[in-house]
Amino acid sequence: MVAIENIHKTFGLTTALSGVRFEVAEGELFGLIGPDGAGKTTLFRILVTLLVPDRGTATVDDLDVVRDVRALRRRLGYMPGRFSLYPDLTVEENLTFFASVFGTTAAANYDWIRPIYEQLEPFRHRRAGALSGGMKQKLALSCALVHRPRVLVLDEPTTGVDAVSRAEFWENLAVMKDSGVTILVSTPYMDEARRCDRVALLQNGSILEVDRPAEIERRFERRLFGIRARGRRALLEALREHPQAHSVFRFGDSIHFAAAGADLRPELLGTYLEERGFHEADVALIEPGIEDVFMERMQRV
Amino acid sequence: MTFLAFVRKEFYHIMRDRRTLAVLFGMPAIMMALFGFAIRNEIDGVRLVVLDASHDAATSSVVDRLRASRYFEVVAFASERSDVEAAFRAGRALEAIAFAPGFEEKLAMGSASVQVITDATNPNTASTVLAYTTAVLQDFQREGFREAGTARGPGGIVPEFRMRYNAELKSAYLFVPGLMALILMLVCALMTSITITRERETGTMEVLLVSPLHPVQIIAGKVMPYMALSVVNVATILILAVTVFAVPIRGSVALLLGECLLFIVCALSLGILISSRSGSMQTATMVALAGLLMPTVLLSGFIFPIASMPEPLQFVSHAIPAKWFLIVVRGIMIRGVGIEFVWFETLVLAGMTALFLGVAVRSFNIRLE
Amino acid sequence: MNVSIEPSVRITARGLTRRFGDFTAVDAISFDVAQGEIFGFLGANGAGKTTAIRMLTGLLTPTAGEASVAGFDVYTETDRIKRNIGYMSQRFSLYEDLTVRENIAFYGGIYGLSGTAISDRSAALLDRLGLGHVGGHRIGSLPLGWKQKLAFSVAVLHDPRIVFLDEPTGGVDPITRRQFWDLIYDAADAGVTVFVTTHYMDEAEYCDRVSVMVDGRIEAIGTPAELKDRWGGASMDEVFVLLARGAA
Repeated sequence: MVAIENIHKTFGLTTALSGVRFEVAEGELFGLIGPDGAGKTTLFRILVTLLVPDRGTATVDDLDVVRDVRALRRRLGYMPGRFSLYPDLTVEENLTFFASVFGTTAAANYDWIRPIYEQLEPFRHRRAGALSGGMKQKLALSCALVHRPRVLVLDEPTTGVDAVSRAEFWENLAVMKDSGVTILVSTPYMDEARRCDRVALLQNGSILEVDRPAEIERRFERRLFGIRARGRRALLEALREHPQAHSVFRFGDSIHFAAAGADLRPELLGTYLEERGFHEADVALIEPGIEDVFMERMQRV
Repeated sequence: MTFLAFVRKEFYHIMRDRRTLAVLFGMPAIMMALFGFAIRNEIDGVRLVVLDASHDAATSSVVDRLRASRYFEVVAFASERSDVEAAFRAGRALEAIAFAPGFEEKLAMGSASVQVITDATNPNTASTVLAYTTAVLQDFQREGFREAGTARGPGGIVPEFRMRYNAELKSAYLFVPGLMALILMLVCALMTSITITRERETGTMEVLLVSPLHPVQIIAGKVMPYMALSVVNVATILILAVTVFAVPIRGSVALLLGECLLFIVCALSLGILISSRSGSMQTATMVALAGLLMPTVLLSGFIFPIASMPEPLQFVSHAIPAKWFLIVVRGIMIRGVGIEFVWFETLVLAGMTALFLGVAVRSFNIRLE
Repeated sequence: MNVSIEPSVRITARGLTRRFGDFTAVDAISFDVAQGEIFGFLGANGAGKTTAIRMLTGLLTPTAGEASVAGFDVYTETDRIKRNIGYMSQRFSLYEDLTVRENIAFYGGIYGLSGTAISDRSAALLDRLGLGHVGGHRIGSLPLGWKQKLAFSVAVLHDPRIVFLDEPTGGVDPITRRQFWDLIYDAADAGVTVFVTTHYMDEAEYCDRVSVMVDGRIEAIGTPAELKDRWGGASMDEVFVLLARGAA
């Protein structure tokens, strides 16, 4: 559905994207994961024909993003980064407007967007500017979907939104995916990678990994330990001094310790900590997550 | 220390903002130049038509005197009253001097009158012109008699003043057409430029671009409400002008409205042009105010007559749509002329509109860079 | 105030309330934050966090209740509060068109630091962050991670007793986020009280204690371990979702 081949984009002295290449299959829920400044917005803008790449090509639904602009703009559903609906129009007015711009009506496609829109219906006469963050995201999603696009491109739809609304948003996306829409989402939240069929990790304009989340996690080469013990700073420093420490990072209530060698065992780490005064440390071998992989790849670049 | 730190920071901001610097230093310089030259109470080269039924030494003497002064420029010698009328209607003359037959004899016998007819559409100019004329006539009375070798009677030259088109010298006749131009420029150009750049600033323009909407549809859609509002505005101003300020509409109302519509479209296309080049509402506002409204006020002949300005500024004034519009409106409202007298100005306006519209649509960016 | 404040308590709120017309944004919240504590102030958008912080930083007058920050009353001594706290938010931190050094000099200046103090601390700050080489660069030209770290350092430049951080790590890459928390730990170790809001639930775990606001009220307060225990969640994320879903 989407094919991106060796895209480069520079703005003045800054290289926004460099050698970006991946594909998205039809009906996939694809995540572009990376922090601010990674190039997510630039890449999405190229895909929806708002920017032209310096080098490289991209096609969406077999249409070229540079040459077939008019045809593509008919088929895309796009939700840009900031809240970009009309704050002084009501929920209903926004939806009607965006439907009409695509030559259709909200009524005609009501069933299609119902799972999302029905959460908004009680507020349909409220001005969009007066909605909460989570509601605004739902409205923006409804407006992007109302014309039944084949491809949906969402640029950081969950940024600045609390955990509960984020979870609901992803649930809505899963429902839409079942209807056959191809969905591309960008996000800085690593934990959202797990909700996608496949993801691309983007940092400083380059792709670090592209694959299914589980596969990416499996490719973490080092042995990873999760350690729970008392002592914040001191614990971290002690672990960093370990001869086998490749990388040591805080992860919520535990510390992730990636070993340089292949033969370190939890018990050995436990003893090491005991010797330094950290008693009752809980050390276990753990499965790496997307964030672990991301940070590992970041350090390599 | 606290306070100084804040002041220093503010200086940094200002010095690093090119646009602010341009306004802070550029604007005063431009304004000094404009106000220094554009505002003049002197009027040079008043276009004068002479209707001489006497053709004697005295009248020639008077006319020569007028010609010699830098204030007047004789543009035509009329043979009949109707020629004078025609010259006024066409806007070719600002003043006419009419000598009845037997001027010299009457002067020798006692006193002779001369008609001084002034186009009083701009009452300020009219008063000034009359003052000049009177001065020249009095000059003649003191010295000219001696030169002409004519005998001098006790009365001397008695001027009869006629104010054409605006007998009571109402300044509303001057202001109302200018206000129309200004208000239409304000609403159409400024507001249109703001509404398009606001869409860009809030980010909704991105969504509109990635849709089947054609740029022409976006522009037209943005512009329609302002067009409708402007028509209402024009109607309101005209009704107020006629009822409250007693400014007449001596010509065809339909033609007047048609010309207003043309100017509205012209101003709207200027607004779109500004917005396509402006990244933010601030820029759009500054460009509209400094680049459009100020020149309109100063150089369109709204208050300060263009004829008084130095050549370079007169040249520049040709580029200002409001200048042509004012000629048309004043012609139709105050002088009551029809399309046959204002076709040229109308054509210029139409051409400008087509140009602005064309460039605006072409330079409307369908992408984000 | 009637409540006697121990010298080691830096922030106190009792029944702090703020109403906007009919709408109660903050509904009688009460809590204490001790000196040197890292306190996580959590809540969904619209739960009232921003309003509460505005009251504590002296930007908004409460409708009812009491609160004192750094020993000063939020109703009558807002000037002294502002002089004794540091503030950093995700939305705005440093001036983009000023250089790093100019920003430091500016904030140092308005908090009343002398010229020598500013240059000493400026050098130390840049040294500690390893950003000495960009001292003369405009903030706008720096990557987000550096900006945020600089903003934090500037917020504590004048040695405030308390620093308020409003979503300081939004959008920043995972490694920089953790480096940022190193800075927070440094400050806390030096005795600064840190009052931080965040959407990252793993950061909630880095705090000494947290509170969760729902619909203007504090529904939970305690150490992360205590909250996980009480609400049976394996992580703060689960606890948060549990509490927040109960919202109106």
